[in-house]
Amino acid sequence: MHFEYKVQGGDFARAGLASSQVKKVLKQLNVDAKLIKRVVVAMYEAEVNVVAHAYQGTINVDIDTERIVMAFSDHGPGIPDIPLAMQRGYSTASPVVREMGFGAGMGLPNIQSNADEFKITSVVGKGTNLEIIVYLNVPQE
Amino acid sequence: MIVADIVKALNLEVLSGAKGLQREVTSGYTSDLLSDVMGFADAGAAWVTLQTHKNVMAVASLKELGAIILVKGFKPEPDTIEQSDEEEIPILGTELSAFEITGKLYNMLQQE
Ligand SMILES: Nc1ncnc2c1ncn2[C@@H]1O[C@H](COP(=O)(O)OP(=O)(O)OP(=O)(O)O)[C@@H](O)[C@H]1O
Ligand SMILES: [Mg+2]
Repeated sequence: MHFEYKVQGGDFARAGLASSQVKKVLKQLNVDAKLIKRVVVAMYEAEVNVVAHAYQGTINVDIDTERIVMAFSDHGPGIPDIPLAMQRGYSTASPVVREMGFGAGMGLPNIQSNADEFKITSVVGKGTNLEIIVYLNVPQE
Repeated sequence: MIVADIVKALNLEVLSGAKGLQREVTSGYTSDLLSDVMGFADAGAAWVTLQTHKNVMAVASLKELGAIILVKGFKPEPDTIEQSDEEEIPILGTELSAFEITGKLYNMLQQE
């Protein structure tokens, strides 16, 4: 199964829509509730990062019996220092975005802890690519 | 306990999502940082916050929280109310601070 979503930078009102649609699909497929929770946390944080930090992005989601692959590709400022961005508490979110309760610097660490595979690449001045994989056939404790 | 029990015991105002008053509440979480709640609140939690915008509902819905409690008289924005009604996740209001309402909620949940 393949789904594609467009995400617009700054469009906070729609942030989370793609995640909630994917959640519905996984529920219909009777995926383990614990796995759905992990997918939802990771996907939402990645979606919000495009809204909060980039100009526009595309999410490609592929689901098969083995795994769900969520590929985020955005046009944006990129991330100059990825290990720094991965640190809990590091954020460049604007004051307005922080006032909304974003910008704790917890999104990327949360994505990593909920993903089975996590790849991030970025080119400064161009954009960021993020791939999140969660295995669907592993029983959760 | 259910949301309606908390409304009654803590004298909260039902601001939206009244159809969800029978939802189960099994824990609480107090934070104004969305990715903190996203990462660490449990399903069925009552979320104490002062954030009023629509993303609060996105988080509550994705995490299947029990209810949202807005502190210090804060009121949800119109599109937040709309989604709360649609998803049937109640938003409740109190004049108390996050510290005070969290303490009361904590005691209630401990007695369960
Ligand atoms: N898609 C992106 N494009 C550009 N920069 C990004 C992107 N995603 C993350 N970043 C950078 O990495 C930092 C850390 O991201 P992370 O998601 O961990 O925290 P945050 O988004 O700032 O806050 P939170 O996720 O807690 O609301 C961001 O502040 C930003 O500088
Ligand atoms: Mg983030």
